This record gives sequence, structure tokens and C-alpha cells, in this order.
Amino acid sequence: MSFYDALRHFADSYGLVMIFALYLLLCGWHFLPRASKHAEEAKHSIFKDQDDGE
Amino acid sequence: MEGVLGRVGLWFVVLILALGAYLGAQDAGFAVHAVIVGIVATGLLLFTVMRYNPLTAAQSIFKMPPGPSRYDDDVIRWGVIATVFWGMAGFLAGLIIALQMVLPELNIEPWLNFGRLRPLHTSAVIFAFGGNALIATSFYVVQRTCRTTLAFPGLARFVFWGYQLFIVLAATGYLLGITQSKEYAEPEWYVDLWLTIVWVAYFIVFLGTIVRRHEPHIYVANWFYLAFILTVAMLHIVNNLAVPISLTGSRSYSVFAGVQDALTQWWYGHNAVGFFLTAGFLAMMYYFVPKQAERPVYSYRLSIIHFWSLIFLYIWAGPHHLHYTALPDWAQTLGMVFSIVLWMPSWGGMINGLMTLNGAWDKVRTDPIIRMMVMALAFYGMSTFEGPMMSIKAVNSLSHYTDWTIGHVHSGALGWNGMITFACMYFLVPRLWNRERMYSMRMINWHFWLATLGIVFYAASMWVAGITQGLMWREYGADGYLVNSFVDTVEALKPMYAARAFGGLLYLSGAIVMTYNVWMTIAGKLRDEEPMAQAAHDPAKDRPITAVPAE
Repeated sequence: MSFYDALRHFADSYGLVMIFALYLLLCGWHFLPRASKHAEEAKHSIFKDQDDGE
Repeated sequence: MEGVLGRVGLWFVVLILALGAYLGAQDAGFAVHAVIVGIVATGLLLFTVMRYNPLTAAQSIFKMPPGPSRYDDDVIRWGVIATVFWGMAGFLAGLIIALQMVLPELNIEPWLNFGRLRPLHTSAVIFAFGGNALIATSFYVVQRTCRTTLAFPGLARFVFWGYQLFIVLAATGYLLGITQSKEYAEPEWYVDLWLTIVWVAYFIVFLGTIVRRHEPHIYVANWFYLAFILTVAMLHIVNNLAVPISLTGSRSYSVFAGVQDALTQWWYGHNAVGFFLTAGFLAMMYYFVPKQAERPVYSYRLSIIHFWSLIFLYIWAGPHHLHYTALPDWAQTLGMVFSIVLWMPSWGGMINGLMTLNGAWDKVRTDPIIRMMVMALAFYGMSTFEGPMMSIKAVNSLSHYTDWTIGHVHSGALGWNGMITFACMYFLVPRLWNRERMYSMRMINWHFWLATLGIVFYAASMWVAGITQGLMWREYGADGYLVNSFVDTVEALKPMYAARAFGGLLYLSGAIVMTYNVWMTIAGKLRDEEPMAQAAHDPAKDRPITAVPAE
């Protein structure tokens, strides 16, 4: 099996599963029950500087 | 004193190198670029010597920041002015090449023909107008959301001026005929190397500022900016891997060949759209839309899904630019599938932006800046639907190589990138120059309608032109021969090209209105005008009913 074939078979099996798992992990992280408070804080964080630093 | 001597020495070395490059130049274009670099070095050398004053040495031309108690906004002010300036140059170049399609006499050989002006237009609007807007807004947003000043202020100034030098070298190069013939990556090897240095400096300043933040959380806009900076660095370096023919000549050969070169180019090209024109501008959207609407983003979690989905999906979509070519079939299908999957996160992001106005929709009527942002998001939605549709092979067999593609690109570029950038400029200018508001709110409204109408003319004429062209190219007669020659299609499309140029003229007119408005705001003037909206109120009728005694 050539180097190309080896890479190709890795990409459409383990590689694909790993990338998909990583994606789900990165998105799912923000849906843990304790994350909702952080999301609420984060979206309001840009309004702390109403005077634009002046 | 040592600092000044050091800088004088540095500019002198650059000057000598430029002189050497000029003397050894293998071609005229390279020699002109050596002269440009030499002029810049001489200017900086003279400036350093003449402006030397031990007391104000730190507050010299490059205006170092006032201190940790104030945001470091000078680079952002320059960036706003550069955005407006390069926008005008880029839109004008676009109008000229649109007119060249209708009036071929406007092709002034050799420097101003269509082939040389077209990359000048694309680079001016994407990299000069869009790039300066991204640099300016990213430095503004990262400071505000991290509640700290820019890390490495000297390097931040280098990023701005170094980027302008890149633009000048790229633009003059196109007119001189210097190109490596890769779309959106036309500059040759030495300009690419310079941009790499500038870009790495940009990355260091941005990441350094995030590292020294005073807010615990990194706001989502910064994620998008960081993804944009990192990915563009990767794309730029890989796609521009080339071997120069001579160290004192402007020509080079790509390290890739044939279909590999084509795939690398469109991996770059599509992700330039995905990360330069989408991720970076989404960062603007996630900061400036909530700020202007004075409401937090609709769903922070949706913004996270939007972010990771774009990151994981966009990078695979490039092969849809190479449908029905020598590229392996599976790669074409892969590009198509990922492009279609991209539709959903894109619309998730659009909905997130639009729903931020939930409960404040009246602002679309009263605030022309919000109106521009809503139109930008609407065009983001439209072009991220049209793109996946066009990536489907059956549709692509009709649309590929036709003006439909040009229409699609411009509905995204004029509608999404242009409108959101204009809105950000109108947000930033009064704040950066400490003015109460823009010189005229009604002129923003004028700009909005001129730009919108311009896009309608542009996109509609290119749809008609593209489908006409596609159908004429594939038409076979009963004898099995093609019915139309290429010039038949050109003749059929001429009225559409005229309509397109008219749309471009409207869009440029809107930008002229903006330039005047920005100019007057910076000059400190306020136009005396009626406010945009007022609920009717008649004090004479504002009375209780009194009982009238009977006769």
C-alpha cells in the first residue's frame, strides 16, 4: 500500500471519527448545565464599557 | 539618542538593499518596486533625522499610546481612514473595468487593460478595503472586550504601515504586469514574503493583547478574529510556496504543478472567502450589531456552534471551484457535500445576528446604521444559500465560468462585506474622533439606498447574463454542432454589462456620500437636519375633553 493510500484510508476512517468527536466535544462543552451562567455573562460582557474607555 | 541612531541605521540599510535590488534587477517591474521601497526608506530616514527631539522622541510621527488608562486608538483611526480611501479606489477600479466590458476602447494598453485592472480591483476591495477594516475593527474590538490596551504598540504601528506598503507593491505590480497568476494571490514571491512578516506581527499583537486581558472570558468576536488571522497565515504561506527564478527578479515558479497546484489554489481561494471575508466580518457582526442595537447577541451558544461549524467545514469546500476538471471525482463530490452542509451553520449565524434585534425591530426604521447591518445580514443569508446551491454539480454545469458566479460573489461582497463595513465605519468614526454623532444621519440613509439599489442592479443583471451565457454555451443544433459561438454570447450580454456598470456607479456614489460624511465628521461639523424619525405630536390636541354646558 502506498503512502497516499495509507493516508487516505486513515483520513476516511479514524481521522474522520476523531475530527467529528472533536467537533462534538468543542460544541457540547458549552451545553453542560454549568455553562449556561457563563454564556449569559459572556454575552453581556461587551456592555461593561459603555463609556468606550473615555 | 541611540534609538534614533539605530533607526537611521536601519532605514539606511533598507535604502542600500533597495538600491542593490534596483541595480541588479532582472526586469523592469522588480526595478520599480525597488525604487518604491527606496523612496519609503528615504522618507523614513529624513523624517527620523529631522523630527529628532529628545523630549518628544517617544511621541513621534508614530504616536505612541497615551498610557494604560486610555485605549490605544491611533492605529484604528488610521485604519478607518485607509478603509474609506482604499474603498473608493477599489470601487472606482471596479466601475472602470465594468465599463471596459461595455466600451472596449477604455482598455488603455498596456497598463490599464482589463487583465491588469481586474486584479487591482479585487485586491483593492478585498485586501485593501476589507483588510484595513479588519485590522482597524479587530484592534478596536480586542481592546474593548479584553479591557486592556494593545500589546506591543510599536509592532501594531508596523502592522498598519507594513500592510499599506504591501498594498502599494501589489497594486503597482499588477499595473506593471507582475503576477503569479493565482486568483486573489497575484503578488509575486518577495511581496508575499513581506506580507508574511506583517501578518505574523499582526498575529503577535492580537494574541498578545488577548493574553494580557482583564476580562476572564474571551468574547466570541475575538475567536472569529483569531481564526481569521491564523487561517489566513496558513493559507497564504502554503499557496504561495514558490521558487524565485532570480533573487533580483520578480518571476517565480510554484512548487506545485498541474492539478495539485489548482487544488492548492482553490483551497486557498475558497478559504480566503471563508476566513477573510466571512470569519473576520462575522467577528465585526458579533461585536458591532449588539453594540449598535444595545442588546446582547440572541444566543451565545448558537454563536459557538456557528464558530466551530465554520472552522470544521469551510476548509473542505474549495474543490467546488474545480467541478468537471481534472480533479478526481471524489474530491469534487467532497467539496460539493461540505459546501451544502455549510448552508446550515451560515444561516444559524444569520439568524443569530438578526434575532439580536428581537424586541428592537423599530430600530430598523429609526436607525440607518442598524438598517445597514440588517441588510448586510440579509445578504450574508442570501449568498450563503446561493453558494451551496451553485456548488451542486448539476447547477454548476450551468453556472460555471459564467457571469452568475460574478453576481454571486458581488451579492456577498457588496451586500455582506460592504454593508457591514460601512455600518462599522459609521459606528466607529464618532467614537474615535469624539463626536456626538456622524455629521449627517440622513446621508447614511442615502448611502444605504444607493448601495442597496446598486447591488440589485448588479446581482439581477449578472443572474440574467450568467443564465443566458450558460444556456447559449450548451445549446446544440439538430446537426450535433454548437449553435452559438463565443462572440454571440458576448453580443447577447452587452445590455446586461451596461446594467451592471450602472449598479456599480450607484454603489460608488453611495461610497462618495460616506466619504463626505466621514470627512465632515472628522472636521468636527454637525449637519443641521431633521431627525430620522419622530412620532407625531400636536400639543394643541394634547388636552382632556372638557364638558360643554348645555344650551
